[in-house]
Amino acid sequence: MATFKEFRNNVKPNWCPGCGDFSVQAAIQRAAANVGLEPEGLAVVSGIGCSGRISGYINAYGFHGIHGRALPIAQGVKLANRELTVIASGGDGDGFAIGMGHTVHAIRRNLDITYIVMDNQIYGLTKGQTSPRSAAGFKTKSTPEGSIETSLSPLEIALSAGATFVAQSFSSDLKQLTLLIEEAIKHKGFSFINVFSPCVTFNKVNTYDWFKENIVNLDQFPDYDPTNRVAAMNKIMETNGMLTGLIYQDKTRKCYEDLIPGFAQEALAKQSLDITREQFDNLLAEFK
Amino acid sequence: MEDRGSARGGRRKYGPHFSTALNRLGYYLYGYRHFSSRIKGGHTNNKIRISTKPIRAISDDLDILVAFDQESIDLNSHELRPGGVVVADAKFNPTLPDGVDARLFAVPITAIAEELGTSLMKNMVASGASWALLGLPLEVFNKAVEEEFGRKGPAIVEKNVEAVKRGAEYVLELAGGPLEEFRLEPADGRQKLFMIGNEAIGLGAIVAGCRIMSAYPITPASEIMEYLIKKLPKFGGTVIQTEDEIAAATMAIGAGYAGVRAMTASAGPGLSLMMESIGLSGMTETPLVIVDTQRGGPSTGLPTKQEQSDLNAMVYGTHGEIPKLVIAPASIEDCFYDTIEAFNMAEKYQVPVIVMTDLQLSLGKQSCEMLDYEKIPIERGKLVKDAPPLEPNELFKRYEFTEDGVSPRVLPGEKYGLHHVTGVEHDEAGRPSENAQNRQKMMDKRLKKLKGVYIREAIRVDAPHEAPDLLMIGMGSTGGTIDEARQRLAADGVTSNHVTVRQIHPFPADLLLPYLKSAKRIVVLENNATAQLAAQIKLHCGFADNIRSILKYDGTPFLPSEVYKACKELN
Repeated sequence: MATFKEFRNNVKPNWCPGCGDFSVQAAIQRAAANVGLEPEGLAVVSGIGCSGRISGYINAYGFHGIHGRALPIAQGVKLANRELTVIASGGDGDGFAIGMGHTVHAIRRNLDITYIVMDNQIYGLTKGQTSPRSAAGFKTKSTPEGSIETSLSPLEIALSAGATFVAQSFSSDLKQLTLLIEEAIKHKGFSFINVFSPCVTFNKVNTYDWFKENIVNLDQFPDYDPTNRVAAMNKIMETNGMLTGLIYQDKTRKCYEDLIPGFAQEALAKQSLDITREQFDNLLAEFK
Repeated sequence: MEDRGSARGGRRKYGPHFSTALNRLGYYLYGYRHFSSRIKGGHTNNKIRISTKPIRAISDDLDILVAFDQESIDLNSHELRPGGVVVADAKFNPTLPDGVDARLFAVPITAIAEELGTSLMKNMVASGASWALLGLPLEVFNKAVEEEFGRKGPAIVEKNVEAVKRGAEYVLELAGGPLEEFRLEPADGRQKLFMIGNEAIGLGAIVAGCRIMSAYPITPASEIMEYLIKKLPKFGGTVIQTEDEIAAATMAIGAGYAGVRAMTASAGPGLSLMMESIGLSGMTETPLVIVDTQRGGPSTGLPTKQEQSDLNAMVYGTHGEIPKLVIAPASIEDCFYDTIEAFNMAEKYQVPVIVMTDLQLSLGKQSCEMLDYEKIPIERGKLVKDAPPLEPNELFKRYEFTEDGVSPRVLPGEKYGLHHVTGVEHDEAGRPSENAQNRQKMMDKRLKKLKGVYIREAIRVDAPHEAPDLLMIGMGSTGGTIDEARQRLAADGVTSNHVTVRQIHPFPADLLLPYLKSAKRIVVLENNATAQLAAQIKLHCGFADNIRSILKYDGTPFLPSEVYKACKELN
C-alpha cells in the first residue's frame, strides 16, 4: 500500500511561500494514502488559477485543463473509468465564477467524484482582482472603491443543488482537512469540500488570523446531525457560512454511474470496442 | 412528390411507411424536410423524390402534391410541373390558384379517417391515395404498415390497412386508374437502407467503438444524440446530456483521456462554445471527435435551414495553432464510414477531428447502399499497455519527441504510466515549461503530426474529361445537385469534371492541383455568402483568376436548375 510520500513528486510548486494551497496538496496526499489508494489509481483534474497547478504536484495521473472546466473533464474521466478515484480541484474563481454552471450541474448529477475548491476570495494568478467570494466592500485592483456585489455562498448553493456531501475546512487545520478528504473519497457520490486557503500576497483581509477568529468548527456542536438537510442549511446561515466540518451527507442516494441503465461495473475504458455481425445486423434492421 | 400541411398532430408521420415500402421495392429515395423552429403550427412539408436510379438531390419541380390544407396548395402549387397532380382533403373544398396547370383530386381524407375511427389515420388515407396513383402494389405498403403498427395489435393494423385501401380506391375512381405518366418502372430490387445522415453518424460511432457521447441538444444535431441514447446502453455505453456545449466537449476530452472513444455533436452556436476545448484537445494531444451539423448562421441564424458557413470556424477557430482534422462526408455512406475513420484519426494522431455535415445531409432521409461494418478496422495508434517500470521520480514521456510527432500514450490506471497533462506548454513528461527551445520543439512536434495526412478519399473525383470546360467543386450535400446540373450541361455540349472536397483541413492541395490545372474554368459551389471553400482553394492552390463561385445562402439547398443556369451564365 502506498504511503503519502509516494503521492509526492519532485516538482517544486510555484505558489508563494505561506500559500494555503500547500496544505491542501499535503492533505490530498495524506488522505489518498490513508484510504489505501495507489498513485496510478488516482486522477487529479484541475482548472486554471494558482490552485489549478495542484494536479502537477501530486504523484498521480494529473490533468490540468482549462479555466472553469475541471468538473466536466473529471466527470468524463470517471465515466470512462469508474475504477479510478477522481479528484477535481481549483479555485473560487474557477469553480464559482467561470465554472459555476458546471459546479451546480455536477453537484446535481452526483457522479462519484470529489471536488475540492481552494477558496481565497481573490484572483491571485492575475494579480489581485475581485472574486465571487469577495465580500461586499472588498477593495481589489478591479474594485478600487470596494466590491459593490454580494459574495456568494457556495455551501448554500451546493445544498440547494442537491449535494450529497458538503464539507468545509481551513487549510491550517491539516488534520480536519485530511479527514474530510478521506470521507469525501469514500462517499459514493459527488463530494464537495470548500477549503479556506488564504492568499498571502493579494488578500490582506481574509488572512490566516482572520479565519482563525471568524470560523466555528462543527465539533463544537455535539448534537449536530449532518444527515439533516434543513439543519445543515440553518447552520450555514446562522454562521454566515463561516463553519468547518462535515456539513451534510446523504448516503442513501445512488451515484450517477449506478443509475445509468446497463452501465457496467467494470471500467468502460477496459471493454472491447468491437461489435458482432449479429449486433450490426440488428442495428441495420430499422433502416430496411 | 410532396406532402404538405401545417405542423399539427401526426403530419410528420406521413413519410415513414410510404418511404419504407418504396425502399423495400428497391427504389432510390431522396427526402427533404421543410420545417420551422417551432413545435406546432407553421407551414411544413416533406418532399420525397423517387427514382429507379441513384439520386442525391431534390428535384426542380413536383409531380404530386398532397395537401392537408388550402395554404399548402397556395404556397406550393407553383412548384408543380405542368400536368402535375394535387391530392387534397375534400374537407376544405380545395381549389387550384389561377394559372396552375394541374389536376386536382379532392379525396375525403378526413371523412374516411373519421369514419374508420380517428382522424389520426388521415395520413394513411392520403398515403394510400398517392401510392395507388403511382400504380404500385398495395401488399408491400400494407406490410410496412403492419410492421409499424403491429405491436399495437391486429385491430389497429386492420384499420390502418383499411384506411390505405379506401384512400386508394377513392382516388383511382376519380382518376380512372393509376396515372400512366407517373407509373414507376420496376426497381432493381436490391436491398438498400433508408436513413438520415445523423443516424448514419450514430451508427458509425457505435461501430467505431464510441461508448460515451456528451452533448447538448441543438437543431440539426440532436438526432445523433437521440439515436445513441437508444443504442449505446446495449453496448455498455451512455449518452450524457450536459449543461452546455463547453461541458459536452470537455467531458468528451476527459473520457478520451481516460481511454474511451467519446464524441459530441452540435451545430454552429455550440461549435462556437467549444472552441477553447478544441484547443485543449490539440494542446494536450487528447483524441476528440466533434460533429458539426451546419445550419444557417450567424448567431441563432436559421436553425432549421441549410447552410455551409461554419467552414472557417472549423478551420480557423480556437486561438493559437494546433493540428486539427476537418472532414466532410458527402453522402449517407460517407457519414457512416467517415465517422469510423474520424475516431481512428483522432486516436492515431491524438488530435481533435471535426466531422462537418450540413442540415440537408444530416436530416434529409435518403437511400444508402448496404453498409459494411468491417470495412474500416479500428486503429488506436500508439496506445501503450503494460509499459515497463520507470526510474524513481521519472514520469512516462507522454509527449516524447518522435519522428512523426506522435508520442506513445498510456491511459490512467496504467501502473508505470504516470504523467501530467496540461494545456500549458509542457515538456516531454507533461510538466509545465516556458523554456524557449522546448516550446519551439513542442509546437513543431504537434504541428507535424498531420503533415501530409489524408483520410480515405480526401477528394472524390469524377473526371471523365482531360481538359473539361468546367471543373465543378463542392462539399457536403451538394454533390448530387452538381451531377444533375452536369448532365444538363453535357446535353448542351459543355464538358465538366467534378471534385468533392472531403478533407477540408489540412487542405488536400496537392491532390486537387491536377484537376484545377486541367480545367478551362473552375466553379466552386457552396451554401454560404463569402465563398469559404473557394477561399481555401485559392489560398492553398492559387488559380484565383480562374475560380468562379456559385453561392446560395437563402436557407434552401441548391436546385439542379439553379446550378445549371448559373453555370450557363458564367463569365
